[in-house]
Amino acid sequence: MEYVMLLGSTVLVNNIVLAKFLGLCPLMGVSNKLSSAVGMGIATAFVLTLSAFSGWLIETWVLVPLNIEFLRILCFILIIAAIVQFTELVMRKLSPVLHRSLGIFLPLITTNCAVLGVALLNVREKHDLAQSLVYGLGCAIGFTLVMIIFAGIRERLAIADVPETFAGTPVGLVTAGLLSLVFMGFSGML
Amino acid sequence: MFTATLVLTALGFSLGGLLGYAAKLISVGEENSVSDEIEAMLPGSQCGQCGFPGCRPAAEAIASGEADVTCCPPGGRSLVESLADLLGIDINSIGATAAPMLARIDESLCTGCTRCYKVCPTDAIVGATKQIHAVINRACTGCSKCLDACPEDCISLSPEAVDLNSWHWPKPQLV
Repeated sequence: MEYVMLLGSTVLVNNIVLAKFLGLCPLMGVSNKLSSAVGMGIATAFVLTLSAFSGWLIETWVLVPLNIEFLRILCFILIIAAIVQFTELVMRKLSPVLHRSLGIFLPLITTNCAVLGVALLNVREKHDLAQSLVYGLGCAIGFTLVMIIFAGIRERLAIADVPETFAGTPVGLVTAGLLSLVFMGFSGML
Repeated sequence: MFTATLVLTALGFSLGGLLGYAAKLISVGEENSVSDEIEAMLPGSQCGQCGFPGCRPAAEAIASGEADVTCCPPGGRSLVESLADLLGIDINSIGATAAPMLARIDESLCTGCTRCYKVCPTDAIVGATKQIHAVINRACTGCSKCLDACPEDCISLSPEAVDLNSWHWPKPQLV
């Protein structure tokens, strides 16, 4: 039950994108088309979960025993970069078309602050292994959910009659703000 | 300090080694899959109207972004749309595309020499020796190979006439 609560709260209430405002770059960059947003969401979700998991392993088994916690960010970045490279390899094998359409945004998952943020938050919240995994998974699901919702809205915005000054990214940012407001409404749930 | 250096080096080495092994395990033949997919969509008549020696080089050029998706006249608008969909290009950013051309044989001049149907890459010309030849419109890609082969100059290319299969709504006027 505790894990379900943690999962629910990270997916909806403390949504990584709309409540903590991490990982806004892919939210604006890859949300023009629903199909690539789904691909990006799943790729990031994979990296997020895996890096939250291995971040915990490194923290508990290497950094703390050797008393070198000051290397935390460096080590986490190293792990994240390796996982992203692995994801890119897998994606190029499984779906070359998606790999092409995501383009530069795929290697840029490395610099997605949501990924590093989740790994660091795990340390700050003093999660154990299972909690870290659930927390990473919750953030991953939350991220993918927001990407899909936002891409769906933007596909409709593209054909909507938006004033010229607001057309494109500005109206996208306004929409993201409104979406964030909507997600704030979940905070009363849990 | 020594521990920190050692840990980082060990981490770097092990991650690099794992990645290298993974890359070997799940390697792909130099991004060929996209060009394969594009090649399957192209007409495959190797007509060379795009400026490339055939459909395979054209597909590779489209996949690497060197050639435009509109470079294939025989494919027409429908090919452009499916290519744009595959490569994630906004369909509205693509301007006018060349209309597909069809060969037409002037029957009063044709001598039935069979030279044109021998060069036709899509078998779109029917006929026999000393019989007047005709073009099957649905098979013709407008590659213009038959024009060079005809000794009587009786073949001409003209844009495809609008019929039920090729008609589409006109673009809406911008407000």
